[in-house]
This record gives sequence, structure tokens and C-alpha cells, in this order.
Amino acid sequence: MNKPAKLEPFLLEPERYEFRALPMHQFALARRDFFKLLGAGIAVFAVAKDLAAQETAPGPRGFHSEELPKEIGAWLHIGEDGTVTGFVGKAEMGQNVRTALAQTIADELGVPFERVHMVLADTALTPWDAGTFGSRTTPTITPQLRRVAAAARDLLREKAAKEWNVPADKLIAGDGKITDPASGRSLRYSDLAREDVTDHRTPPASDPVKPAPQWTVAGTPIPKVDARAFVTGSHLYSTDLRPEGLLHGKVLRPPSFGATLIAYDDSEAKVQPDVVLVHDGDFVGAVAPTVAAAEEALSAIHVQWKEAPQISDQEIFSYLKKNAQPSSEERFRQTKGSVAEGLAYAAHKLDASYNVAYIAHAPLEPRAAVAQWTASKLTVWMGTQRPFAVRDDLADIFHVPEANVRVIVPDTGSAYGGKHTSDAGLEAARLARAAGGHPVKLVWTREEEFTWAYFRPAGVIEVKSGIAADGKLTAWEFHNYHSGMSAIETPYVVANQFTQYHQVPLVLRSGSYRGLAATANHFARETHMDSLARLASMDPLQFRLHNLADQRMRTVLEAGAKAFGWPRQKSAEGQGFGVAAGNEKGSYVATFAEISVDRKAGVVQVKKLVEAFECGAIVNPDGLRNQVVGAMIQGMGGALFEAIQFQNGKITNAHFSSYRVPRFRDLPQIEAVLVNRTDIPSAGAGETPIMAIAPAIGNAFFDATKVRLTNLPLQPERYLA
Amino acid sequence: MAIELEVNGKYLTVNYPPDTPLLYVLRDELGLTGTKYGCGEGMCGACTVLIGGTARRSCQIPASAAVSRPITTIEGLEKNGKLHPVQQAFLDAGAFQCAYCTSGMIMSTVSLLQTTPRPSTEQIAQSLQGNICRCGTHPRIIDAVQQAAAKMQEAAK
Repeated sequence: MNKPAKLEPFLLEPERYEFRALPMHQFALARRDFFKLLGAGIAVFAVAKDLAAQETAPGPRGFHSEELPKEIGAWLHIGEDGTVTGFVGKAEMGQNVRTALAQTIADELGVPFERVHMVLADTALTPWDAGTFGSRTTPTITPQLRRVAAAARDLLREKAAKEWNVPADKLIAGDGKITDPASGRSLRYSDLAREDVTDHRTPPASDPVKPAPQWTVAGTPIPKVDARAFVTGSHLYSTDLRPEGLLHGKVLRPPSFGATLIAYDDSEAKVQPDVVLVHDGDFVGAVAPTVAAAEEALSAIHVQWKEAPQISDQEIFSYLKKNAQPSSEERFRQTKGSVAEGLAYAAHKLDASYNVAYIAHAPLEPRAAVAQWTASKLTVWMGTQRPFAVRDDLADIFHVPEANVRVIVPDTGSAYGGKHTSDAGLEAARLARAAGGHPVKLVWTREEEFTWAYFRPAGVIEVKSGIAADGKLTAWEFHNYHSGMSAIETPYVVANQFTQYHQVPLVLRSGSYRGLAATANHFARETHMDSLARLASMDPLQFRLHNLADQRMRTVLEAGAKAFGWPRQKSAEGQGFGVAAGNEKGSYVATFAEISVDRKAGVVQVKKLVEAFECGAIVNPDGLRNQVVGAMIQGMGGALFEAIQFQNGKITNAHFSSYRVPRFRDLPQIEAVLVNRTDIPSAGAGETPIMAIAPAIGNAFFDATKVRLTNLPLQPERYLA
Repeated sequence: MAIELEVNGKYLTVNYPPDTPLLYVLRDELGLTGTKYGCGEGMCGACTVLIGGTARRSCQIPASAAVSRPITTIEGLEKNGKLHPVQQAFLDAGAFQCAYCTSGMIMSTVSLLQTTPRPSTEQIAQSLQGNICRCGTHPRIIDAVQQAAAKMQEAAK
């Protein structure tokens, strides 16, 4: 058994996509099982090279090429009753993919939206998938689903052509039927799906699919599917499952990170007959009919832990600087021209350093899992972003074949990059192994969630820069220590650049987070750009446009400025306006903030946020708007007050009472401007809308006070004394 | 200890230690899992239920303290297949993303509208301040509360 809370001696992967080796098998489900599940009908299985995704990427992203999965799969089944079922390995956790993917199938196949159902994130039923992260679902799965749906449509057309003995290319597919315009006759898809046909094909990437301007179902604001189940409380999250014979598990946590168990004595634990204690290496847990009984059993065990002194939040930033690893890896740096030469002819030079604190995802549904062993087979229900990786971990750790492990992901109570790891599933499975075939549920407490999950890593960013007398950038040097490489490259035109990412050994367990390091890198870059605009005596928006060639980024800046009314005249004491922009993962964002500072009262209020966002062709404008506004509000937390505090291997603010997250009274006036580019393939939208919030607010604070904030969280009230 | 509870109009007897938070009795014993665990500390509002018509954090109330007062959970709002106006308003406004906070938001809103039928935005924000939505759906939730208030006023006429 892996220790649940062991410090990982690893260096952080800069992109933290956590990709692993490709799976050995793409199709775990036997065709026989597939039809047993769904009844007769037409099935199209497809696995295709990720060509479309490569086409949609905004060109080569430079020196750190993403290691993307080589193949992605999607399956489609059309039943005799006309029900269409799409199978995709992605997970729904509030980002609304269940709706958006069904829209895509309905659109391409030509069936009413209500007929389409999605089976998501089940390792026994869906194609292998690397995980739901990196804003990948829309750019990779959507084109793949379209090709599968187009292949199914062609198959139906061929069947009807054979039936009528006419050429297939004369027939029209749509509205759930194949029509022969010459004779006016038609056959429903359900009529054509009366026999088992399995078409295991690889639709070529060149197969024509509907371009966005011709979409009829995609591109429309269809409400979230199954929404009724959420307002009635009937939707079952992992934490809500109560399979027959359910027992509850509890894990005894070490007192600090990396602590090792040196003594264990359960002789005084008067264990009730219905309670099982599990002691396996450093892992100690209990299984009982209730959580309270499991807790009681654990409280009677005598344990001793060996602890080690550790870094605290007070010294983290100097630690990160001092412990940067020397690296010769080319993928960590990029050189263009000569920074020294660029600085030599600069009219103004500016060096600055920025710090970014650790923050927590704090998904409202904590990490949890239900596990059940039936003979040598293991089933785990769990809210995870990476069901196939969890399956692999379980198979590995319990020494069972992958085929004997099934991971099912009920639609999940959010994740934000926080549910990549297997922890809760491994723990529940270990406890269930001792539970004699009973299913065991383990729900992390909020304190466990804040302590034993992982964090968005802290970082230090250093920038050296120069501008010419005309306000053009002449030199740009950018160093990121530890926090990551996402969006590390400047989108601005600079002839002389040096960019480097510095790895540092992990202090706190760190991993993926919505936007990854794009938020830290944008905070440093866009704050620095604001300072440079002041040096150049230029309007911050004009300064950016002056140094920008990327048309899509110009467009969002201009669209946001128009909605915000930039440039605005100050109409009140303490008012300030700020702007920040950027691009990442194929989408573009520009954020404008209005802030109000009351120095006497020591109060800073964000009054208004306007954000323009463009991610190519919009699949569902209602879902997108919800997600963009959500990212803006969530981004306010990391911008203004969220920070994990830690001391000697303990998290000292592991509660919602001490770890502040955005609440209703923090809300400013909010406006999202969605730029729809039907001429550009759709990109994901889960992350980019979060990354320009902090610098926009910080820049507005400077505009109001002439005080430059260089740390995240900004905690602006601290600077008003 | 045998505890007699009135939940969603039904009288039930459960055997639990009297200090067990009501939340666990509702979820683990009665299977009313629409009421969520979010923090166990009364800081997130996911476990909100109505006790005697008032919004309370069920993770902070011992089951024995809820005896002899009617308890309403999210499952008890729908009547004869018809959603409560607050549920309908949340549905119409699309006021959720992951929706894990939704039950608590709806229960808090039902309680608010009983005492304040036409709340201002500020009153809504104040009243829902203890309910966390991590997905950032707050503007739509405020919208839903206002829609529900308007519909309920209309219906009361």
C-alpha cells in the first residue's frame, strides 16, 4: 500500500499534465458486452489520431511542446428505439461537457437533442482517455465525436441506399431519418438500426463535418441536461452512493506531512465485532457501519509518528529561489535575440520580482470514493478527472489485472484540476479489501481536503525589461521558479527575449489547478506591462496594443475596452481602473477592473469586472457564459485573499473559517463579453478566463493608490496603512 | 437512543447517539442524500435544511435537538411532481455548474423568502453569505432568488 501522505521527492513537471504512457489496449469492452448493454443497433467505434486538435492549436507553442495523447476514442450507438448514445472517457464536473458533447452528436448526426445520451468516464464502458483537464475536451473530443457521428450518418445512408437500390450520395440525412428527395420516401434511423452492425472504423480526419456556420444544435444555448435532478437533490454524487451493505471508512492521518509510523498498538482498542481495523505500513484505517463508529475505533489506537522539521510559509519564497535546480534542459528555456543588447538601447529599464502563494482547489464535494471487491474484481465509484489513471494505479497497487478494475465517475461536485490523483480511491479500496465484500465509502473531511490533497504550487517570478523612447519593448527576460510553464511566453512583440523555468523540489504536495501556472505568469507579466506603460507615459491599453501583433488578442482587448468604456475618467475619490490580457490553450482573454479604495476605512472593493473572451466557435453560449463568469469569480479568490498557510508540515488554515473563498458579498458587477469566431475551431474554455483577473485588479489598485502590488494574493488592505 | 423525527411530513424513529449531527442521520440513515456534506463546520451551507421553517446547518444540529419540530429537506419541496417555485427558478435561471451547493442554496432561499418576500440584491447577498458556491455561479443564483420572489408574489395575489 502506498503511504497516503508521503512527501513526493519529485520535481514538478512544468506543465503538470501528468500524462503517462499510452495504454496497451484501446478497446477493453468486448463487442458482445456492448450490445448486451445497449441492445441491438448500430455502433460505430472510432479511434483517430489527434489531427484536429493539432490543427486547432495556435501553431507550435514554442519551446515546451505539450505531450498530448496520440490517440483519442469515441464510440456511438444508435438503438432500435432511436436512442443515440455517445461514449466518451471525459468526466462531467460542472463544466457542462455532458450537454455540449450531446449537442455535438445531435448536430452532426441530425437527430433531436433529446434523443442523445452520453455515457462518460467509466473505464468499462468508455474509450480510454488521459483525463479531463487542460481545456482538452472541446478541441480534441468534439471533432472526434463529429467524425464518429458523420461515419454513423454515412452508414445509415448506405443502408437506406441498399434498401431502395439508389445511390447513397443522393440521400439526405437529418431529423432522425434518411430521406430520398427524388421519391420523397424516408426511413427512420431507428428502422435502419434493427440489426447489429459494428463498424470499427477510423474515420479520416479529412472527412467533412459540418462547419460552425451550419450548426443547428451546437452553437445554441441548450440548458444543462439532467438539470432537474440537481434542483431536486436526486442526482447521486460519489459521496451520495449507498449500495447494499455499505460500510463507512476512516483513515488515521499523520500529524504532519512525511511523518512515518514508528509505533502501533491496538490492544486497548475494544473493537466491536462489526468494526475492522486496517494497519498496512504507514496506513491506518477503520471500517464500520457508521463514520462515528470508525472514528471511535481509531481514537482508541495508540500510535507514534516520527516527524521531520519542514519549511513554513514565512520562508517559502526565499527557499524557492535558493533551491532552484541547475538544469541544462532546452525545453525549460527560450532565447531570442540578446537581452543585453535590447537593454543597451532601452530608454527605460524595469526589473521586478513577483511572488505567488500556494492555493487550494477546495471543491465543495470533497474527495471521496466508494470501493467494492467482488472476488478479485474491484469497482470504485469516485469523482476523479482521470478515471483511467486511477484504474491503472489501483491495478498496480493491488496487483490485479487492469481488466479486473472498473472506475466509474458519477457527475462530480467540481474539481478545478484538484481531482487528478487516486488517493481517496486507493484508500477506499484498501479499506474495502478488509471488509469481506462489503462496499466501503470514504469521504474526506474538509480538513483532510485542505491538508492531504494537493495545491497550486507557489512560485517566484523575476522580470527584467526595457522599452525604447517610443514605447516599444526592447528586451524581456522572464524567470519562473517552481510555479510552472503554462503561458510563460510573452504574447507581445519583443526582439530580445530570454525565458526560463526553474525547477525546485516540492515543498508542499503540488499539482494541477485551473489554468495551471498561466495565472501566475500572467499576473507577473501583465503587472509588469502596466508598470512599463506608466514608465512610457502611455495608457495601459494603448501600450499593450502598441506592442501587440496577435490579432485575436487585440480583438478581445478592444471588445472588453468597449464594454467597459475604457479609458474612463475617475468620478470618485479612491477609484481606479485596470486592464490585463493574455492567451493560452487556444483561447484569448482581456479583463478590465474597477476598484474603489477607502483609505480611511481600510476597505478595498472590486466594483466591476468586464471580461472579453474568445475561444473560436462557441458550442453552447449559455454554458460558456456560466463558465466564464464562474472563472472570474473564482479568480477573485486567488487574486485577493486565498493562500494556504503552513508551518512545519501542517496546514494551519485547513477550514473555510480561515481559508477565505469568494462569497456573495464579494461580488462586483460582472459582465462577460463572448466573442464568437465561427471561422476558428472551438477551443476549451475552462481555464483561460481565470488568468487575467488578478493583474487587472492589481493594476486598478495601482491606478487608485500608486501602490504596486507584486504578491498573490494581493491582500490590498494591507497596503493602506 | 431512539430519536423521533418529523422529516418531510413523515414521522420516523431512528436509533442514533443523540449528539450525532442531523446531517448524518438524514444522509446515512434516511437516505436523504440531497442534503450535502461540505465542511462539517457550518461554514459552507451545503447541508442547509429547514427546521421549523427556518434554514439551519444540519451538520451543526444534534439529531436530538431536532425532535418535535418539522424538518424539511430538498427532497420535501416538490409536491405532487411539481417543483417548488424556488427549485423552478433555479432551474429556469440555470443557477448551477457542478450543482453540489444547489440544495443548500435552494433551502436557504426558501427560508429567506418566507421572512423577506421581495429581498433586495444586498439582502440576498447577506442572506446567502454563508453558502459557498465554488464554481462562481453567484450572479445566476441571485437572479434565481429574484425570479422565485416575483413568481411567489404573483401566485400569492
